Amino acid sequence: MSMLEVKDLSIHFGGVKAVQNVTFSIDSGIVYSVIGPNGAGKTTLFNLITGVYKPTTGEIKLDGESIGGKSPNELATRGVARTFQNLQICMNMSAVENVMVGAHLRLDRNLIKAAMRFPALKRRDAELREEAAELMRFVGLDKYVETRADAMSYGALKRLEIARALAMKPRLIFLDEPAAGLNPKETIEVDHLVRKIAESGVTVVLVEHDMKMVMNLSDRILVLNYGKKLAEGTGEEIRNNPDVIAAYLGAHA
Amino acid sequence: MLAQFLQFLFSGITVGATYALAALGFTLIYNASNVINFAQGEFIMLGGMLAVFFTQAGLPLPMALLLAILIPAIVGVVVEKLAIEPVKGAETVTLIIITIGASLVIRGLTTVIFGKGTHSLPAFSGETPIEILGATLMPQSLWVLGVTALVVIALWYFFNRTLQGKAMLATSVNRLAAELVGINTGWVLFMSFAMSAALGALGGILITPITLTSYDVGIMLGLKGFVAAVVGGLGNGLGAVVGGLLVGILEAMGAGYISSAYKDAIPFVLILLILFFMPRGLFGGKSTDRV
Amino acid sequence: MKKNAYFGLTIVIAILLVLPFVVPNSFYLDLAVRMAINAVIVLGLNLLIGFAGQISLGHAGFLGIGAYASAVLPTHFGWHPLLAMGAGAVITGALAALVARPIFKLKGHYLAMATLGLGIIINIALRNEAQWTGGPDGMPVPAMGLFGFELTNDKQWYWVVALLLSVSVWASLNLIDSPFGRALRALHGSEVASQVVGVDVVRYKVAIFVMSAVFASLMGSVTAHYVGFVSPNFADFFHSIELVTMVVIGGMASVYGSLVGAVLLTALPQALATFEGWETVVFGAILMLSMIFMPKGLVPTLAAKFGKGD
Repeated sequence: MSMLEVKDLSIHFGGVKAVQNVTFSIDSGIVYSVIGPNGAGKTTLFNLITGVYKPTTGEIKLDGESIGGKSPNELATRGVARTFQNLQICMNMSAVENVMVGAHLRLDRNLIKAAMRFPALKRRDAELREEAAELMRFVGLDKYVETRADAMSYGALKRLEIARALAMKPRLIFLDEPAAGLNPKETIEVDHLVRKIAESGVTVVLVEHDMKMVMNLSDRILVLNYGKKLAEGTGEEIRNNPDVIAAYLGAHA
Repeated sequence: MLAQFLQFLFSGITVGATYALAALGFTLIYNASNVINFAQGEFIMLGGMLAVFFTQAGLPLPMALLLAILIPAIVGVVVEKLAIEPVKGAETVTLIIITIGASLVIRGLTTVIFGKGTHSLPAFSGETPIEILGATLMPQSLWVLGVTALVVIALWYFFNRTLQGKAMLATSVNRLAAELVGINTGWVLFMSFAMSAALGALGGILITPITLTSYDVGIMLGLKGFVAAVVGGLGNGLGAVVGGLLVGILEAMGAGYISSAYKDAIPFVLILLILFFMPRGLFGGKSTDRV
Repeated sequence: MKKNAYFGLTIVIAILLVLPFVVPNSFYLDLAVRMAINAVIVLGLNLLIGFAGQISLGHAGFLGIGAYASAVLPTHFGWHPLLAMGAGAVITGALAALVARPIFKLKGHYLAMATLGLGIIINIALRNEAQWTGGPDGMPVPAMGLFGFELTNDKQWYWVVALLLSVSVWASLNLIDSPFGRALRALHGSEVASQVVGVDVVRYKVAIFVMSAVFASLMGSVTAHYVGFVSPNFADFFHSIELVTMVVIGGMASVYGSLVGAVLLTALPQALATFEGWETVVFGAILMLSMIFMPKGLVPTLAAKFGKGD
């Protein structure tokens, strides 16, 4: 059964139809990529599915249950994680604290216990710090654990976002251009990282402009153009689809 | 019945016009710099006080009024140059405290120079009330309304028909884009503080013959101007004018029909209701955060 | 958080322990009590403003509710002062919770406007309900009794307030370095990022707003009993601004900054008394200059300069 089903999804901003009648579904455990030229509606699609925007019409189902219009924090409780194309890092916190925030829902958030420094809470926090440091090693940020987020490079912050999302222990993760703005070496590292995440059993949805990376990683690919679905299929099918070649790849290749 | 209603309405729109001018001042500065200028009320006070001072010093009325507008405008520019420009991009709270600091300096200097007394200004064209359907309208109210209307028209012309005005509008929409097409956004900031201070001062001068003035009238007038600007949807010029009149009228009606003791609370109750139920103000657009 | 954060607490406690034995006279002891009271309020307000990134320009209103509960309930209804203090806190908490939900859907200047309006309405109500509150002149407050023994002299008050302050610093340090505190700081850093990891941002904003309002109310009660008199000035707009200024000048998101801000701004009016007639001008100028040259506040600026964590 599909994990995520999207049916006839649309959103309009004033007169602009940013996403129009898009339908697709994602099976559990795969890497699913969304590609398309700039302004095709990829990030908007992410924002719709992760609850940042409310759809104008259409349906989104997670495990058969409708989630359209639910708030991001409700979706988080269902194991949906994401990263942002424009970094959304908390610059007022250290790197490891940013990752620890990712574990928010798995912790005791009681205000009184926190203020009274309950030992159980402190113990759990100490464990979490180890866990978060471990995740930072996993994404290749070993040496930044105690660094303040505002002192880190763009490439490092991109990976910090991924570590934070992983701290949620998600079942489904949306990565919005994880390699954008990275140098070739960093891009390869992110490529390996996404593969590792997929291998750990997390379903990955990827928006990315780096075609090599997309073709390398994806089980299936959705192509958007002007907010509409242009094609969907395996990498092979997409590569040979005349519409895609004309509208998108043709412009590059 | 009708006479009483009209009476409240007249006093409401008269004081509402002052709020409208203050609200326009808030709007100008907010659009140019995203700053809420808590010193706005002090320019209202300054206009009234200076007008009193200069007429008492024997200057002819037009000359006195001109100076009473010009000096606050200069003060506004000085505040912008010395206190706002150096901290571009600071947090909202920081900017709020800076403008409050400025308001304290202005108020403090006013008490040092003019003392803490209450002053009045003779009405511009006599004190003979005009009767309308049993209610009375002071000639000064006509001055307030007439001048406010002229100012609104002049501002509309400025923003829609002149290059400078359009440059200011463009800067409020997108500062970077405005800079890229060659607009001097520093000049825009400068102008908006000058104009906003002048508008406040003008309001203060016009209303002084009716309500009197003293060193501490600025706070309440300024805060109510802020209410009016938010009622109209912060950043919207027409909204500011409508908001000002609405706040003035509701305040006068509330004071007349409900409780005069709670007169000053009415604008704030109004704004809380508006923010609770229509958070973008009456004229504010819908916005979506981009992430 | 850094291990040495709690080291500061030891210093604070040490200073509090030594202070009453070194102050030259009761004038300074009185000043110290008022500084400590303000410091507790500012700690709570800094959690809201500095850590969670939300504004309140109406906190003096909450302080006023607490102060007047402690004046009105014992005077008119014969309530025990502690009960009255509790009632003030409950009323404040309920009011803050009632308005918080719609208020915290607002951002930036709208939030500033809403809290400002709320504070002003409270102040006007206190001024007008003269049959209960004594109107603009205020009213006397009965003495505070604790377990059959009355708090009368400044020394006793000092120890009570010093204890409150120490506990508040400790609790604040604990809170910011906990799951709750991290969620607060995260929603300041990036609201959308905190949402997608599961933080119910409105709920957290409401919780910290209510908590800081209750802090202000409780300390309003303490002030009322300590001073023995309340007036509507407790709750006026300018007092709200003073409290925010203490937060910002000491340093947003800095626990020790709150203490420094409270100490400096409580002392400032005394220091300015020498500028006869020019107090307002100098006070305003100090606000502007410190914000222009130290927009991050004193403690974070100095900490950065000397390369140490806060």
